[in-house]
Amino acid sequence: METFSFLLDGFSVAFTLQNITLALIGCFLGTVFGALPGLGPANGVAILIPISFSLGLDAASSMILLASVYYGAMYGGRISSILINIPGDEPALMTTLDGYPMTLKGRAGEALTLTGISSFFGAMVATVGLMFLAPQLVKIALLFGPAEYFALFVMAFATLGGVSSNNKAKTILASAIGLGVSTIGVDGQTGVPRLSFGNVHFYDGIDFLIVIVGMFAVSEIFIFIENKKIDNDKDKKSIIINKILPKLSIIIKIIPTMFRSSLLGFFAGVLPGAGASLGSFIAYTIEKRISNKDDTFGKGDERGVAAPEAGNNSAAGGALVPMLSLGVPGSGTTAVLLAMLMTMNITPGPLLFKNNPDVVWGLIAALFFANFVLLILNIPMVRMFTKILLLPPKYLMPIVAMISFVGIYGISGSSFDLLLMIFFGLLGWVLRKLNIPLVPVIMGSILGNLMETNLRRAMTISDGDWSYLFQSNVSIVIWMITLLGFVLPLIFGKKIKDQINKLKSKS
Amino acid sequence: MNERIFGIFSLIIACSYIYVASLTQLSFISDPVGPKIFPYMIGFFFIISSIFLIIKPELNPKWPSLYRFLEIVFITIVLIVYAYSLPTVGFVISTLIATFILSWRLGAKILEALIFGLVVSFTIYFLFHNVLGLSLAEGIWGF
Repeated sequence: METFSFLLDGFSVAFTLQNITLALIGCFLGTVFGALPGLGPANGVAILIPISFSLGLDAASSMILLASVYYGAMYGGRISSILINIPGDEPALMTTLDGYPMTLKGRAGEALTLTGISSFFGAMVATVGLMFLAPQLVKIALLFGPAEYFALFVMAFATLGGVSSNNKAKTILASAIGLGVSTIGVDGQTGVPRLSFGNVHFYDGIDFLIVIVGMFAVSEIFIFIENKKIDNDKDKKSIIINKILPKLSIIIKIIPTMFRSSLLGFFAGVLPGAGASLGSFIAYTIEKRISNKDDTFGKGDERGVAAPEAGNNSAAGGALVPMLSLGVPGSGTTAVLLAMLMTMNITPGPLLFKNNPDVVWGLIAALFFANFVLLILNIPMVRMFTKILLLPPKYLMPIVAMISFVGIYGISGSSFDLLLMIFFGLLGWVLRKLNIPLVPVIMGSILGNLMETNLRRAMTISDGDWSYLFQSNVSIVIWMITLLGFVLPLIFGKKIKDQINKLKSKS
Repeated sequence: MNERIFGIFSLIIACSYIYVASLTQLSFISDPVGPKIFPYMIGFFFIISSIFLIIKPELNPKWPSLYRFLEIVFITIVLIVYAYSLPTVGFVISTLIATFILSWRLGAKILEALIFGLVVSFTIYFLFHNVLGLSLAEGIWGF
């Protein structure tokens, strides 16, 4: 019952004129970011953080805006998957498998409605799950001291990318780059300048917002410059949506699918290092195993579009659980949301639930609200977004660039910061060409300081005895999960990747 | 540049990272770990993973043609000039020019790009400055 009184308080935070407006704007922008191929939830949230920071929004309001963008992008990603067979963002990849065949059969409108419903269902399950699970996890987190937190951060890096990442060298390299960036600047504990090359600009360290916007927004511009011809030719197809409402019998047919997929997706999301992509993958493969009796999957089966969408929306909500209750993000977007909280001087974890319940419960209430808004935006009003899909990069990318510049310049008013942002944009472009993931870089730059602080606190407690890191039962468990999370993908990752490729080449 | 060359490059960066970290001057009061150990730990993993890339490169990335590459260099220069012209030239004019060049290079016709630049720079100025009250670069003319 306690939960519900908290939730009621949350609704009183969320239902102010300002926060409702922010949620509406967030839902709209999120769906746009999700729908546009090449931009996903992480890009959307990254571009908007500096803006919400410069606008002086408080933590609860910023979180409501950005989480609405996050949820919205998970909805929007399906639109281009279904209509033009290009996933709007990574988690929407699985939706192309049955979504595009439905479009070819002239059932695009139905596919959009069914996925809208399953997205809603998945996100609802996840938000309810978040509401009950996060406070429980917080109780466990109370047992954590500096040594356990350090282990937890190591775990976050070791498990990044989930089961599908089998090139661990690249993940480690990317993490090292990010953590390396975080060590630049005056050392917080002893006050000596470190790795700052005597340059005053580096004394305060490099703001992780600069790294985030550079990597997620500016690098996108370079990618588009490089590929521009190819993209212009692809957009020539026209998009026709005829019937929007599917038969009631079809909706009833997908209810068990949505239920299974939402639960699977939620747990995939809560697991460290998994995130929404894994959620939709697991949901689709399991659903196929259960329901593919007449070999209809991959040829436009309704359950084949409902499963991944319920899965990825619910995983997106699930991924908020460890981020809010432990302060350990499992995916790129939750890492960026964490960055936003840290910029506002709020540390997620037990303290967040105790000191800023308005942020947590306001957020949860806003997510419920956002879900209904998104349902309306994504079913009756979906045609509006299909028009946005046709916005060519030559207009889209300059807008993204300028908003990134406005955001970062708004924080500090320093051209040097913009220069750094361009540098990280270029670095991001090179890393992406080499297939080195950007998320660990971002996470390193965000978590580096916390990680070091916890390590040094632990060492101060133990007076320099390193075995202290492995002494408590909790930390032993975390180290074992770390080891498993690191080793298992090396064994199974290749298999899962092959399976994804097989599914993709079939469609 | 294939992965192996990148690995060598990142190995050099990793080593210099450790070297620069080792130059950190210690303060007379310090905790048991001090400011150097954490960078050393990062550097260790940096080096190990670089060596892995050198020994076991995975793929040969497709790099853009020289022309496209020069275009990326050009856009980078435009963005840098934009960053440094903001405080003097002001937001409206520099954004107009930067947006114009970007959308022109992304395939818009010159006139289209010019109109688009005008629209974007004035819309953002109006939206962020007048409606939302965000501080944009003012420049010597105040806009």
